[in-house]
Amino acid sequence: MTGRTGLSRGVLLVGAGAVLAGCGSGQSTLSPHSGAEHSITTLWWVMFGGACVGLAVITVLLLLGWIRRNRASLPFGGSERAATRLVVGLGIGTPIVLLTALFVWSDVFVIRSTAAPAPSSTAMTVHVIGHQWFWEIRYDGGEASTANELHIPVRTRVVVVGTTADVVHSLWVPELNRKIDLIPGRTNRVLLYADRPGTYLGQCAEFCGLQHAHMEIVVVAEPRARFEQWLHGQEATAAAAAGDRLRLFMTKGCADCHEIRGTPARAHVGPDLTHVASRSTLAAGTIPNDRVHLTAWLRDPQQAKPGTKMPQLPLAARDIDELVAYLEGLK
Amino acid sequence: MRSRTERLELIWHERPGLLGWLTTVDHKRIGLLYFFTTLVFFGAGGVEALLIRTQLAGPNGTVLSPEAFDQVMTMHGVTMIFLFIIPMTTGAFGNYLLPLMIGARDMAFPRLNALSYWLFLGSGVFLYAGLLMRKGPDCGWFCYTPLNTKEYDPGLNADFYALGLIFNSMSTTAGALNFIVTIFKLRAPGMSFNRMPLFVFAMLAVSFSLIFALPPLTTDLVFLELQRKVGFHFFDVVHGGDALLWQHLFWLFGHPEVYIIILPAMGIATSIIPTFAKRKMVAFPLVALAELLVAFIGFGVWGHHMFATGLSIGTLVFFAAASMMVVIPSTIQIYAWLFTVNLGRPEFRAPLLFIGGFIALFVIGGLSGIMFAAIPFDQATTDTYFVVAHFHFIIFGAAVFPILGGMYYWFPKVTGHMYHERSAQASFWVTFVGTLLTFFPMHIVGLLGMTRRVYTYHAGFGWDAYNLSETIGAFILAAGLLMIFANLLWSRFRGPPSGPDPFFGGTLEWTTASPPPPYNFPVIPTVTSPYPNWDRAQGELVLDLDHGHETPATTVRDGHLDEILKMPSESGWPIVLALAVTVLFIMLLTAHFVVAGIFAGVAGCVLVAWHVHEPAEA
Repeated sequence: MTGRTGLSRGVLLVGAGAVLAGCGSGQSTLSPHSGAEHSITTLWWVMFGGACVGLAVITVLLLLGWIRRNRASLPFGGSERAATRLVVGLGIGTPIVLLTALFVWSDVFVIRSTAAPAPSSTAMTVHVIGHQWFWEIRYDGGEASTANELHIPVRTRVVVVGTTADVVHSLWVPELNRKIDLIPGRTNRVLLYADRPGTYLGQCAEFCGLQHAHMEIVVVAEPRARFEQWLHGQEATAAAAAGDRLRLFMTKGCADCHEIRGTPARAHVGPDLTHVASRSTLAAGTIPNDRVHLTAWLRDPQQAKPGTKMPQLPLAARDIDELVAYLEGLK
Repeated sequence: MRSRTERLELIWHERPGLLGWLTTVDHKRIGLLYFFTTLVFFGAGGVEALLIRTQLAGPNGTVLSPEAFDQVMTMHGVTMIFLFIIPMTTGAFGNYLLPLMIGARDMAFPRLNALSYWLFLGSGVFLYAGLLMRKGPDCGWFCYTPLNTKEYDPGLNADFYALGLIFNSMSTTAGALNFIVTIFKLRAPGMSFNRMPLFVFAMLAVSFSLIFALPPLTTDLVFLELQRKVGFHFFDVVHGGDALLWQHLFWLFGHPEVYIIILPAMGIATSIIPTFAKRKMVAFPLVALAELLVAFIGFGVWGHHMFATGLSIGTLVFFAAASMMVVIPSTIQIYAWLFTVNLGRPEFRAPLLFIGGFIALFVIGGLSGIMFAAIPFDQATTDTYFVVAHFHFIIFGAAVFPILGGMYYWFPKVTGHMYHERSAQASFWVTFVGTLLTFFPMHIVGLLGMTRRVYTYHAGFGWDAYNLSETIGAFILAAGLLMIFANLLWSRFRGPPSGPDPFFGGTLEWTTASPPPPYNFPVIPTVTSPYPNWDRAQGELVLDLDHGHETPATTVRDGHLDEILKMPSESGWPIVLALAVTVLFIMLLTAHFVVAGIFAGVAGCVLVAWHVHEPAEA
C-alpha cells in the first residue's frame, strides 16, 4: 500500500512541476495571455489544489485501513454508528459545501469571462470558417481574406464569429481563451484578446476527419499600427502577376479551387492565395512556407498531408518551379 | 430411489459437447460464453490501444496511416465499451453470478438469455468484419454528424458503426429486461428488497439505465441510417435538419452509459470489500440508495459533453449543477467502502488489492471529472488529452480494475480451483503502475494543448516525453494483464482445489459447490439478511423442487414465496434467430432491402416456431 500511494503522489508532484515548466510551448492552457485565460488557469490551479487534498484524504484512509488491518475499530475510536455518521458527513455534507462553492465561483462568476462577448463590447469582428482541413479567415468591413493565420491588434477586444463550411470543427487557441465548436447551421462567438504581442498557437479540437491532426491556426497579436499595416496589405489585391505564370495558375487546375483577388481566379474551395507568401506555414501548419516545402507540396500534396482535398496535379517540374515562383511573389 | 442431487442432476442435465454449448440456456454456461467472447474482444481492443500508443510514442509517427489510425481509434472505443465492458459486466459477471446471489436456479427467461448472447456475438463479428475489410467505423465512438454522413463518409464505415450498434443494442436490451424480471421475481424466499446484495442493486440500476438509455442511441442511429441510405434529412442543416440533434441524442445515451459502465464495477467492489474486511458494509442502505441514485441522476447530465457547442448560459448552468449533484452518490459509496475496510480486519489479498487500486484510480478520475462541471475549465480542456486521461481513469481504473479483481475473487467459484496468490498480487502492482504511467501523463499533455484523436503531432510542444511515458506504460499495463490471464489459465489446471467457500463470502453463491451444479442449489435457500452465508436462516421452509425443471418465484417487494415456475429446456431457436438477424443486418448494410425484408420475415417465423414448439418438461 505504501508503494502505491507513494507512487501516485510522486507522479502528481512530478506532473505539477512539469506543467509549471511547460510554459512557453505556445499552446498551453497554463501560460495564459489574456484575462479570460488567466481566470481559467486560476480556476485550474485552485481545483488542482482541492483535488490534491481530496486524494490525500482518501489515500490516508486507505493507508489507515492497511496499517490498522488487525484492529477492528476506527483510529479515533468509534464503531458502526460513528462510521455511518462519517459517511454522511464526508460523503454528503462536505461535497455539498465544496461543490456549491465551486459552482458559484466557476459557473456564476468565472463563466462571464469566457462567455460570448456582448456585441457592443468589442472593437473588431473576425470571421473564422472551418474547412476540412484549414481555417478561412475574413475581416469585417473589408476584402481581407486569409487562411490559418489570424492577426489581431494587441490589447484589443476582438470577437471571433465561428462557422463551418462542412463538418464540425472546434476553434481553440489555448493561451488566449476557451474553445468554441463550429457547427453547421450555427454561429458561435468567442472573445480573443492578447495582453502582449506574440504568436499564439491553436488547433482544431473536434475530430473532423482524416487530417484533424493537421488543422492548426496561428494567432499573431501585434501593436495597433503594425496590425493596421498588415490588414491594409491583406486588403490589397494581388500584385500584378507575370502573365505566363498566372496563365499556368489558371490553366493547370489551381484556379478551380483557389482565389487570388485581382485576377480571374475566384474559386472558394481552398484557401485564398492572394497573399499566401505572407503566411508562415502551409496546409494549416503542416509544413513551413518555404521554397523547398512549397515545391514538394505542389508535386504531391498527399505525401505531406494524406487525404487533403488538394489533389496531385499532373504538373511538369518546370511548371512547378514557375508556380512556386509566382506564389512566392504573392506577399 | 435416487437421491435428491441425482434427481436434480437428471432434470437439469444439458446435452454434452459442442451442440450443448450452442443450445444451452444455463445462465452459467451463457455467462462463460460471454466471458470468453468478451475476452477476445478485450484482446482486440487492447491491440488497438497498443497500436495507437505506438503511433503516438513520438512526434510524426508513421506506424499507422491516417485512415488506419481513425479506424483503430474508433474501434478501440467501440470495442471497449460495447464489446468488452458492458457484455463482461452484465453478460459474464451478471449472468453467472446474479441467479446464484439471489438463490435462483436460472435467469427468468433462459432462452432470451441465450438469444442475448448470440445477438451480441453476431454484432461483434459484424463490427469487426468492417475493420477486417478496412471499412471499419472511422468517425470516433461518438461519430458526430455531418462527418458521419454520406457526403463526408462515403464508404460503408459509418454504416458498420450505426447498424453494428443497433444490432448490439438489441442484445443488451434483451439482457437488461431479463435482469430486471429476474431480480424482481426470482429472489429466494425471504430475500426482501432490503436484503438484496449490493451487487444485485447495482445490476438493477444498470438494467434500468440500459432500458432508458439505449432508445435515444437507437433513434439517433436509425435517423443516421435513414439519412445515409434513404435520403432523409434529420441532421442536414440545408434541408431544415439539425446537426446538434445528433449530439443531444447521443449524449442522452452516452452519459448514462458511463454509469452503466461503472455501476457493475461498484457492485463488484461492494461484494469484495465485505468479504475481505470480514464485516458487513457500513451504511448499507445508503450505499444501495446511492447505486440507484447514480443511475437516475446520470440521465440529467448529458449536456456537459456539449459545453463548447454554444448552448445558452442557462442550459450550461443547469447541466453543470446536475453534474455536480451526481458526485454525491459516488462520494457516499467511496467513504462507505473506506470505513468498511477501516472498521474490519481487512486481509489484503489480490481481489482487495484491485479494489484498493480501483478506489485510488476512481478518486483521481472523479476529481478530474468534477473539474468539468466548472464550465470555463471544461470549455478549455474538452476534446483534449485531459479528457482522455479523465475517462480512462474512470473506464479503465474504475470499471476494469474491479472486473480484474472480480475475476480472481470468483475464479474459485467458477472453476473449483484457487488462483496463485503471490503472482496475483504481483500482477496487481504491475497493472497498477502501468495504468498510472499510461494515463496520468495524459492530463499534462492535455493541459499543454494536445487535442484528442490526432494521428500525429509536431515536436516542440513539450509533449514528447509524456507521450513516450504513456506508451511505455501501455506496454507495462499489457504485461500486467497477461500476468493475470496466465495466472488464471495456470490455476485452472494446476491450482489447488478451492472448496465451496474459500474466502468465507457473505452472499449466497458461496453456499453452493464450486463449480456450482447445473441446478445451482440442491435446496432453495431461505434468506433473512443481505449476507445470508453469514446469517444462516434457521430453516423453517425446505424447498427442494427436485421433481421438475423449476425455480421458485417470490413477491417483488417482500420476497414471499409466490409460485413455482416451470423453466424452459435448452433450445436451438435462439441461435437460429440470431443468425437470421445477422443476415438481416448484413443485407441492410449492403442495401439489399428486399432480402433484408425476407430475413425479417424469417426471423419472425423463427420467433413463432420458438413459442409454438415448447417441448414438454422432462
